[in-house]
Amino acid sequence: MIPIHLIQQTAETLMDKAAIEIPQDYLDGLKAAAKTEDGDLSSFVLQAMLENYEAAKEDRRAMCGDTGVPRWYVKMGNEARIEGGPVALEAALRRATANATTGVPLRPNRVHPLWRTDHNNNVGIGAPEIEYGFEPQGEWIDLITVHKGGLFGTDYRMLFPSDGIQGIKRFYLDSLVAFGKRGLACQPAIIGIGLGGSKDTCMVLGKRASVLRTVGSRNSDPKIAAMEDDFKELGNSIGMGAMGFVGKNMVIDCNIEVGYCHTGGMQMSVHAFCLSSRRAVARIFPDGRVEHRTDPDWFTAYQRREGIEWEMGLEAAE
Amino acid sequence: MKIREVTLSTTPTAEAIADLRLGDIVYLDGLIYTAREGVYMRALEDQANIPMELPSQSAANFHCSPAAVIREDGSFDLGAVTATASFRFAKWLPEWMARTGARLIIGKGGMSSKDYKEYFVPNGAVYLSTVGYGTGALLGRGVETVEAVHWHEELGIAQAMWVIRARRMGPFIVASNMQGECLFERENAKIVKNLDRVYEGTKPAVLKRYGETDDRSDEVIG
Repeated sequence: MIPIHLIQQTAETLMDKAAIEIPQDYLDGLKAAAKTEDGDLSSFVLQAMLENYEAAKEDRRAMCGDTGVPRWYVKMGNEARIEGGPVALEAALRRATANATTGVPLRPNRVHPLWRTDHNNNVGIGAPEIEYGFEPQGEWIDLITVHKGGLFGTDYRMLFPSDGIQGIKRFYLDSLVAFGKRGLACQPAIIGIGLGGSKDTCMVLGKRASVLRTVGSRNSDPKIAAMEDDFKELGNSIGMGAMGFVGKNMVIDCNIEVGYCHTGGMQMSVHAFCLSSRRAVARIFPDGRVEHRTDPDWFTAYQRREGIEWEMGLEAAE
Repeated sequence: MKIREVTLSTTPTAEAIADLRLGDIVYLDGLIYTAREGVYMRALEDQANIPMELPSQSAANFHCSPAAVIREDGSFDLGAVTATASFRFAKWLPEWMARTGARLIIGKGGMSSKDYKEYFVPNGAVYLSTVGYGTGALLGRGVETVEAVHWHEELGIAQAMWVIRARRMGPFIVASNMQGECLFERENAKIVKNLDRVYEGTKPAVLKRYGETDDRSDEVIG
């Protein structure tokens, strides 16, 4: 049984880490980008961002004033049991979100869409979102928080099989160019692409591709992995850099996730996880151990499974 | 090109503003207030009295809401500060600038050269963009004190009018000048030349979207 107080306490720590500490994989990616950047203004911007991450860590202050909209991804091993059950878990995550909003502090971003009511704690109807995943084995629970920011940089398009790879490429470029101008996408970013599913699941896939995969990770399908490499290069050949200034670095990495879709369609979504790619992860075990990391490790073989049954023995052999 | 660094007062002289060049890096000293849709609606549409002497106290309007909290004793804890996209406020800015004498509009993404020519230049104002976006921690370090928070009960913390004392707060980038030129449009014009090559081999999607454009110089703002 995983104690509920440990879940809340860990969740509060994660909120703090996500807001303040840039994940190492993104930092390494941005440092590599800064080395290649030769646009004078975009170089200046990247250097300022690198200084900003240091300042945030030194001062323990949020790296960006827009601290995004906190959300939770919860993954459980098949044998995990939580004290108080899922209702207690959700209450703990809502409490942690509210406490961290005043504790860090975060910007109280969440308001009612119509009445603009702000509880000043990032909690409200449907907020924070809590999404779930499961793995075949284990007594642990993974808490992943992502505070994605920005109103721009994300788009959806219903493509068709006849649009082909060129159609995917074009929508990708359309999104980067449209939201890259003036730096609305807060690039260079981790670009996530969702392909397939339905309109809603396509958006979910693309978002997860940008926020739940790390810089340098590759899809387990080698042909998709090759597309990821191509698309990263394509995005960086636009000639646009940080803030939409002339430059070479638009895309720190491109991650693609797919889901089976209607036979007539080829849904596509594009998401940009910005210069403040806020994510933090911890695995909690029933014996009270907590292991912090920054890789959500969401897209396991189980999450991408294609068949009907999952054979436990197969996983053990991997 | 060598990047020039400038220190500027938040009640700048006309000469100091005229001297700014596109792409200059600016650090600010003095009082800055935040105002975005909530403040504009309350002051301009609901005709509420603006709770500051403008522009004598400050001519610097920051499109921002900080990551901050008002403690129970009424004091403030302000962490990171970054801007929000300004083009959404074009509707209110001409009247706001005329009413308040704002000469430094600070935000994200800038406005169009049309906006600059129509009401920035006549009001002696320029646009300063935050950097990144966003260097929230660096800008937070430039906040010496929070002097006041107005209208937080009416508008909430995020939309309230925060009055902050800046000490060498920055960096900001000069994104418009007294000729009404726009830094972002200048950069767009350079980038657009390369776009045909990048798009080579792609074709328009089978299903059109209403209002879609193939003009690569178009922008999503405005």
